[in-house]
Amino acid sequence: MNLTHDDVQEIIQLLNNSSFDELKIETDRFKLTLRRAGSGGWTQETQTAPSERAAAAIAPEKSAAVTLEPGMVAVHAPLVGTFYRAPKPGAEPFVEVGSQVEEDTVVAIIETMKLMNSVPSGARGTIAEICVNNAEFVEHGRILMKLKAS
Amino acid sequence: MIRRLLIANRGEIACRIIRTAHSLGIETVLAASDADLDSVPARLADRVVKIGPPQPAKSYLSVGAIIAAAEGARCDAIHPGYGFLSEKAALARACRDAGVIFIGATEEQLLSAGDKWRAREIATAAGLPVVPGGMIHSAEEARALIADIGMPALVKAVGGGGGRGMKLIRDAADADATIALAMAEADAAFGDARVYVERFIERGRHVEVQLLGDGTNVIHLGDRDCSIQRRYQKLIEEAPAPNLPPALQSRLREAAVAYGKALGYRGLGTVEFLVDDARGEFYFLEMNARIQVEHPVTEAITGLDLVAEQIAVAEGRRIKQDDVAFAGHAIEFRINAEDAGHDFRPSPGTVTSAVFPAGESIRVDTHIEVGASVPPFYDSLLAKIIVHGATRGAAIDRARNALADCRIEGVATNLAMHRAVLEDAAFRGGGVATNWFPHFWAVIVR
Repeated sequence: MNLTHDDVQEIIQLLNNSSFDELKIETDRFKLTLRRAGSGGWTQETQTAPSERAAAAIAPEKSAAVTLEPGMVAVHAPLVGTFYRAPKPGAEPFVEVGSQVEEDTVVAIIETMKLMNSVPSGARGTIAEICVNNAEFVEHGRILMKLKAS
Repeated sequence: MIRRLLIANRGEIACRIIRTAHSLGIETVLAASDADLDSVPARLADRVVKIGPPQPAKSYLSVGAIIAAAEGARCDAIHPGYGFLSEKAALARACRDAGVIFIGATEEQLLSAGDKWRAREIATAAGLPVVPGGMIHSAEEARALIADIGMPALVKAVGGGGGRGMKLIRDAADADATIALAMAEADAAFGDARVYVERFIERGRHVEVQLLGDGTNVIHLGDRDCSIQRRYQKLIEEAPAPNLPPALQSRLREAAVAYGKALGYRGLGTVEFLVDDARGEFYFLEMNARIQVEHPVTEAITGLDLVAEQIAVAEGRRIKQDDVAFAGHAIEFRINAEDAGHDFRPSPGTVTSAVFPAGESIRVDTHIEVGASVPPFYDSLLAKIIVHGATRGAAIDRARNALADCRIEGVATNLAMHRAVLEDAAFRGGGVATNWFPHFWAVIVR
């Protein structure tokens, strides 16, 4: 059986009248720790046991190491998310190989948690390589593009 | 009778639906993307069905994948939660074709609510006040309309809603460009380029009325104030709406019920209003034909379980207004994985510590515990902390302690923002307008 909100309330009722400051309960399905908080109330920490039927989590893909040649500057993913080369589906890409960019030129967007975050070039120069495919998922810090600094 | 329920959602609302289903003796099957196979709702559900890769378009937004999961697991009903497919007529239709109960409004009602202009026309026909405005098809029409209704004006996508697809025009000279952009964006985002224009009301409160319909009768479950928003996204909600004159409150509730009756509404729905309480006026904004994130504040003041009510009306039970009574005041705080210290930058990752408040009149709805993953593919909601008190003041006192006791590590959150709001005199006074939060936060940051 699973732990419900009412179960926690009942346990706290019992603890309120006790001298204990902490209670740990462990079953096959969950672990629960209740602690007396500074405010006079209680805090809860739960840990639900993995279901036997649930498959293992998918390990994140390892991205291949990218080396930088001298004179080249990398544009890194500022956060984890989905890489897009254009402001919306069907629109022209922000930049192509050979595009001239300023430090604040937007070269891509990364969609994270339903928010679109623009990625500035970060340096002045010419786009030399686009290292990630459109709509590909990228980890934080992944090299998105390389540009020849000027 | 529903025996086995497919939950076509994730996160805290999936946990929430599982909890009620189990208390009713209904078996649960979670439809999960690859990113959520080891999530807390996947651990709580009786079974898990893989519906596709993490990208929502290929999993939680795929009608085909959801129906296949329901049929494969022999479910007799689907609960869509909120967001994703919850208001898509296509899912309701596919359920009907597959002989599966859709826990929500009818296909026709979803189409009426999803078309924001049609929803507005139904409101007008039912006698509800709407903000002056109209549909526009050309730049000339737009210019004439804006001259008529006055500035500033708000361009809204017919296919939008929930704060999406809106653009503000402050200067008539920008109108052509803004409308063209709004149409292009609406086409890209909703597959529907139609837009309409309304006068923008600078100072208003967002008050909504919770409806429950059984297809014949429609009742209200009180109101909620959701004026504390950032970029049209709600942060704090309370029930009832504070400091609302009783006469205005009654008119809002009656208007919402009239709207629901005009639709012959079935299921749980919310009618949103813009309220100008200084003038005692209100305007219909839109109808949300689903359970909402903020439903627990209504549960706290009514003692009802709204997921159980949804299941009951889907099974054909009848409802009565006399069965509903209200007690006390409740406030909900949305804890998001957004770094309040860095302009609310999203913060996906792995949770390394999750300590939540517990105790009398404190409720925490969450899918977060130590080791939980917060994937970048979905929204940033981590938990909802709901407090209840005999009065609004008592609820606020309880909230201060509860939020002080809450600690989440591994991902950045907006907890500090909530604590700051609780100390603010305007918030504590009650009844701030939707333009309050951005000003408040700008001062805090400085």
